[in-house]
Amino acid sequence: MISESIKELLIIAASSALISNVVLSQFYGLCPFLGVSKQLKTANGMGLAVIFVITLASLVSGLIYNFVLDKLGIGYLKTIVFILVIAALVQFVEMFLKKYSPGLYESLGVFLPLITTNCAVLGTALTNVQEKYTILQGVVNGFATAGGFWISICILAGIREKIKYNDIPKPFRGMPIVLITAGLMAIAFCGFSGLL
Amino acid sequence: MGKSSKNKPTCSSVFLNGLIKENPTFVLMLGMCPTLAVTSSAINGMGMGLTTTVVLTMSNIIISLLRKVIPDKVRIPAFIVIIASFVTIVGQFLEAFVPSLNASLGIFIPLIVVNCIILGRAEAFASKNGPLLSAFDGIGMGLGFTVALTCIGLVREIIGAHKVFGISFYHLAELIHAPEGVLNWIDRQYPIAIFVMAPGAFFVLAFMVAFINSIKLKENKKNVAADCKVGDHDCANCKEKCEHRFYDENGKDGSVYDKHMSKESEEEGE
Repeated sequence: MISESIKELLIIAASSALISNVVLSQFYGLCPFLGVSKQLKTANGMGLAVIFVITLASLVSGLIYNFVLDKLGIGYLKTIVFILVIAALVQFVEMFLKKYSPGLYESLGVFLPLITTNCAVLGTALTNVQEKYTILQGVVNGFATAGGFWISICILAGIREKIKYNDIPKPFRGMPIVLITAGLMAIAFCGFSGLL
Repeated sequence: MGKSSKNKPTCSSVFLNGLIKENPTFVLMLGMCPTLAVTSSAINGMGMGLTTTVVLTMSNIIISLLRKVIPDKVRIPAFIVIIASFVTIVGQFLEAFVPSLNASLGIFIPLIVVNCIILGRAEAFASKNGPLLSAFDGIGMGLGFTVALTCIGLVREIIGAHKVFGISFYHLAELIHAPEGVLNWIDRQYPIAIFVMAPGAFFVLAFMVAFINSIKLKENKKNVAADCKVGDHDCANCKEKCEHRFYDENGKDGSVYDKHMSKESEEEGE
């Protein structure tokens, strides 16, 4: 019984982190993926901040949906409620970290406000509801999705640091070559589809 | 607001600005998530574009009407609530009247809330201009987005599935009474399926942006030749900050890169 549910959780985690990677096959959170991936260090910070926020947001939105919205029969308001919850949560996390963990705040600080408009956060919260995950499953799904984001943004940043030294055809400099890199990474991630 | 400055925006100039000059997808590179995710066919791209246009126009009008009422400090949450309300209304309409489109766009309908184009236009345009101009800005930007999505969708569909707006090449050839040989030839061709899958979206967008860049490069060569201080028009290696510059990289040369390292990390933090 317990091993069954653990197995189920592992399948959810593997499929949302690798097989249907949040950026490369679901296309959530492309703005930070393309915008904040110039350097490995900043990309790493962004990835960690996203893991932190998505896991928390999955928990809070799961609780609110199951115990408030669903009970009152106003599930159709979930978009409005979730986006407000996420915005408030990000504000709260920012204030909390500033007071109790200045070190972590220093390293994540600048990325936190950006995360409100990262559609991976809202997307994960809505997917959890759509797939009828329990709260635990939702949190695991959120953590794994964000982990997938962290993996892919770090790989892209590593490649982009090298791309700077290459002689790229002029029209492709800037965004096009980054998109092509992401496309090649997406092909590589297609290889995971036989995993389960 | 509508002060009598030199180039006061008119409805048509605002409309064309959104449609062509500041096209949200190809020029501003905003709203990338739906751009890449739903464009596996032209119909889906067009549906997404039109849905976004409706939300953008409505929210622009309401935000513009309320721009003097909303306190400056809480404007972003207020904008998000207005946008989320319209997204919910439009989502319910789609679910009731166009269930097939609703099914194929799926979760990307509620995700219009976090589309940067909408919040960006609310912040940059609607909160500073009157409702009529804001409405035209919304329609222009929205149609610019729709055109871009339809183009990407069409290219992916033609290469990846041998279809045009959902009608297969074979069927089209039958409609124009093509000879038997042509029909058999079409039937034997295999589409490059990767273009309707996730990686194809990145490739098609990359080549479209590169195409637009190459047009800009040619224009730059013509126009800037006179006033480019460096003279060789190699913007990627140019250290001058001129308005025609459009590369976001700071050159491929190692020394230049190192010099810009510290400055760049500050800029990224914004």
